[in-house]
Amino acid sequence: MTEIERHDYDVVVIGAGGAGLRAAIEARELGKRTAVVCKSLFGKAHTVMAEGGIAASMGNVNSRDSWQVHFRDTMRGGKFLNSWRMAELHAKEAPQRVWELETYGALFDRTRDGKISQRNFGGHEYPRLAHVGDRTGLELIRTLQQKIVSLQQEDFAQHGDYEGNLKVFAECTITDLLKDADAVSGAFGYWRETGRFIRFDAPAVVLATGGIGKAFKVTSNSWEYTGDGHALALRCGAALINMEFVQFHPTGMVWPPSVKGILVTESVRGDGGVLRNSENKRFMFDYIPEVFSNQYATSEQEADGWYDDPDSNRRPPELLPRDEVARAINSEVKAGRGSPHGGVFLDVSTRLPAEVIKKRLPSMYHQFKELADVDITAGPMEVGPTCHYVMGGVEVDPDTAAASVRGLFAAGEVAGGMHGSNRLGGNSLSDLLVFGRRAGLGAATYVDSLGGFRPSVREADVEAAAQRAISPFRTGTDSVGAENPYLLQQDLQQTMNDLVGIIRRAGEMELALKKLDELRRRVQHVVVEGHRQFNPGWHLALDLRNMLAVSECVARAALERTESRGGHTRDDYPMMDPEWRHALLICTQHTNGPEGSVRVERKEQVPMRADLVELFELDELKKYFTAGEIPGGTD
Amino acid sequence: MGNQRRFQVWRGDTHGGNLVDFDAEVNEGEVVLDVIHRLQATKAPDLAVRWNCKAGKCGSCSAEINGRPRLMCMTRMSMLPPQLPVTVTPLRTFPVIRDLVTDVAYNYQKAREVRSFMPPKGVQPGEYRMQQVDVERSQEFRKCIECFLCQNTCHVIRDHEENETNFSGPRFLMRIAELDMHPLDAADEEGVDRKRSAQDEHGLGFCNITKCCTEVCPEHIKITDNALIPMKERVADIRFDPLIRLFRRKRG
Ligand SMILES: Cc1cc2nc3c(=O)[nH]c(=O)nc-3n(C[C@H](O)[C@H](O)[C@H](O)COP(=O)(O)OP(=O)(O)OC[C@H]3O[C@@H](n4cnc5c(N)ncnc54)[C@H](O)[C@@H]3O)c2cc1C
Ligand code: SF4
Ligand code: SF4
Ligand code: FES
Repeated sequence: MTEIERHDYDVVVIGAGGAGLRAAIEARELGKRTAVVCKSLFGKAHTVMAEGGIAASMGNVNSRDSWQVHFRDTMRGGKFLNSWRMAELHAKEAPQRVWELETYGALFDRTRDGKISQRNFGGHEYPRLAHVGDRTGLELIRTLQQKIVSLQQEDFAQHGDYEGNLKVFAECTITDLLKDADAVSGAFGYWRETGRFIRFDAPAVVLATGGIGKAFKVTSNSWEYTGDGHALALRCGAALINMEFVQFHPTGMVWPPSVKGILVTESVRGDGGVLRNSENKRFMFDYIPEVFSNQYATSEQEADGWYDDPDSNRRPPELLPRDEVARAINSEVKAGRGSPHGGVFLDVSTRLPAEVIKKRLPSMYHQFKELADVDITAGPMEVGPTCHYVMGGVEVDPDTAAASVRGLFAAGEVAGGMHGSNRLGGNSLSDLLVFGRRAGLGAATYVDSLGGFRPSVREADVEAAAQRAISPFRTGTDSVGAENPYLLQQDLQQTMNDLVGIIRRAGEMELALKKLDELRRRVQHVVVEGHRQFNPGWHLALDLRNMLAVSECVARAALERTESRGGHTRDDYPMMDPEWRHALLICTQHTNGPEGSVRVERKEQVPMRADLVELFELDELKKYFTAGEIPGGTD
Repeated sequence: MGNQRRFQVWRGDTHGGNLVDFDAEVNEGEVVLDVIHRLQATKAPDLAVRWNCKAGKCGSCSAEINGRPRLMCMTRMSMLPPQLPVTVTPLRTFPVIRDLVTDVAYNYQKAREVRSFMPPKGVQPGEYRMQQVDVERSQEFRKCIECFLCQNTCHVIRDHEENETNFSGPRFLMRIAELDMHPLDAADEEGVDRKRSAQDEHGLGFCNITKCCTEVCPEHIKITDNALIPMKERVADIRFDPLIRLFRRKRG
């Protein structure tokens, strides 16, 4: 075998989105030699696409906001399945993390008194999202990218080398994690440009690879979202939790077909946009669930009054958490009250003057004008649900972001727990910063705890990883049964979309599992053409393995959970069941089954700390908890 | 439902290449990137192309379409002349890696040479106060999605590779302007003159305000009018204003 490029680091961060960059900044500031590895160019990670904002209870617009209120909203949004400790840390630390961005050079939109402006969003009681128009993710990633550059400039000034302590390996894909006994010892991957292999020897690896949305046909997610980090963790022995919870964002574009799934930011509704069906009815009033009946307006008049006077009016139901709105849209379309292209209407044109729309929602204006020939200042948009975010991910220790395998850490969308069964808008970007930093800190502390010791990489593992990676270049053998990676991906996406999508049924999920089995067999015969230099067919062939693993987790866990909650809706079990609230489903890889086969087990949640329980009214808790769990009340 | 269109896509690598003809199906509403993806899935599985967001937000899918630098994901098929074949070629200014993928390392190198934001001393996180009107100028420049189309278009480097060492290109000159206009950047206090560095280290003088960069910017940022020209004017002030020169001599 030819020599494989090798690098030694203290910490290797896989992923250059918000979570990965924040982790890398922390690790480097704590004196660790750090590498950041990412599949795309630097600055192009998914985070760049985030639109609406970052949730943090700074109280700049409504001074009644506080971490306690944010915590409550987050738990409600996740239907109390969240890791309460993560939700607590997140709510407490988000403001500091946002303010810190200003010290890196970020320029958020301002309030009149010169503070960071905050906007309304679904499920957030007060205006809470720091934002820059509707391009907040771009601001976030550019700011972190520029902070990385600033650290590199410091290193250059001191040692004459920009990349000595902190280096970005862009367009480099990790395909396997390496282990020494029970601890992580490195990572293996390839350069997309040349197809050459590369290995990192490092005692600590932070997964920050984002989500899995590319396993579904209609999605707001990019080609990168193949669940690599989820699958890497699974293969290396770590556990995934909450994989049955997939967020379908209520408002994706539905027309033209080529843009189906592209996101329409929730800010449209936060800033006053309303949803109507083909009968011109604001249908969301018919879909306010019992658990939220106290917080949402029941008439158009009250709802409209809320924008100016939130203290004496309740919020418009368009701003219910995403799972509720997505289901409502789905029902309207099914009942035959949809728009011409199978969505519903989202209208801001009759609600705000054209200039205000262009100013507050510039990229939405641009996107519809250029891609759909629709002027959103003059007429409604057509929208429908699109796969957007996975709540499930690597099970981590809330304080250190450590996974169950030593040396492995996870933060951002790839980590599970924080959002419970459903994520509130804006809570991801803040999650990236809070837990990205904690993961960097956790990794650095772990490396310190090792003293000088370094777990070692086994050559045989590197060899095996290399073999696996080139296997799709089968030559000659069985070109008859050769499978095309693009078609396999389409089949997988269709399966997940149709059978494990927004509304689920036992029979369909069982069928999905059968199909996944079949797909796994077909993937064995995938064959790619050409050579190893920048070959997207090959890259996809390797990603398929990960997509299959995460799809199986989603389908198995979804079949297991016999209730409906947040991003998991079952036609055959339409109610939320308090007995399921305190249960988590854990996915691990079967140690002696075929590769990629997944085991699902039930695990009890840690009961919420008493002082946090006290933040809620007893009446509200009764809607979610079993009688035995309610403090002082067994009625 | 779709109709057939002729595509000519540049295929090749560092050793050279040529336009390859493809006939492709095109459906209503599609953009060039959709068709490139269809070619990948059906005819050329190893066709190299960069993309991420498919919505004009990440700046990955830059190429030259019928000779014009554009984002493939924001170029509707319906806006291209129907009788002619559609040519798709890689950005001309940067070295080709493979097919439509070019080596844009130059840009990342230049990005690293612009001195970073310098936080004001003594202002605690959470205490930054700025007015909306004052941040808006820099915010315009921060809309940049780093598609590098302006860099690709600017004749200073498009036609003269040798200028790459001394010229950072419109995107990074604009970055300097952005920092210079940041209400709280403390470069002055740190003794760093951003305008002078634009002139002396990043080649602002090469720019002869042709505005070609502005024309191709998919974010419609007024790069020349709002970033480059104001900086040029200020540099001229510093150079020729005798008072400032006197002041500088005293300080220096
Ligand atoms: C259109 C859209 C709008 C959104 N708007 C908002 C919003 O307004 N507010 C909000 O809070 N959230 C929003 N979200 C969600 C949020 O943007 C994402 O959840 C978040 O950005 C994920 O960040 P991350 O750091 O976890 O991962 P990402 O930013 O996705 O980064 C993942 C990184 O991992 C790398 N990677 C993946 N696999 C590998 C591998 N095998 N080897 C090497 N590198 C790898 C990728 O290259 C990438 O660099 C939005 C999402 C979308 C799609
Ligand atoms: S205006 Fe200046 S920077 Fe822009 S293209 Fe012309 S010469 Fe280049
Ligand atoms: S300034 Fe415009 S053209 Fe230049 S890189 Fe940025 S977005 Fe692209
Ligand atoms: S794919 Fe993101 S700009 Fe085209």
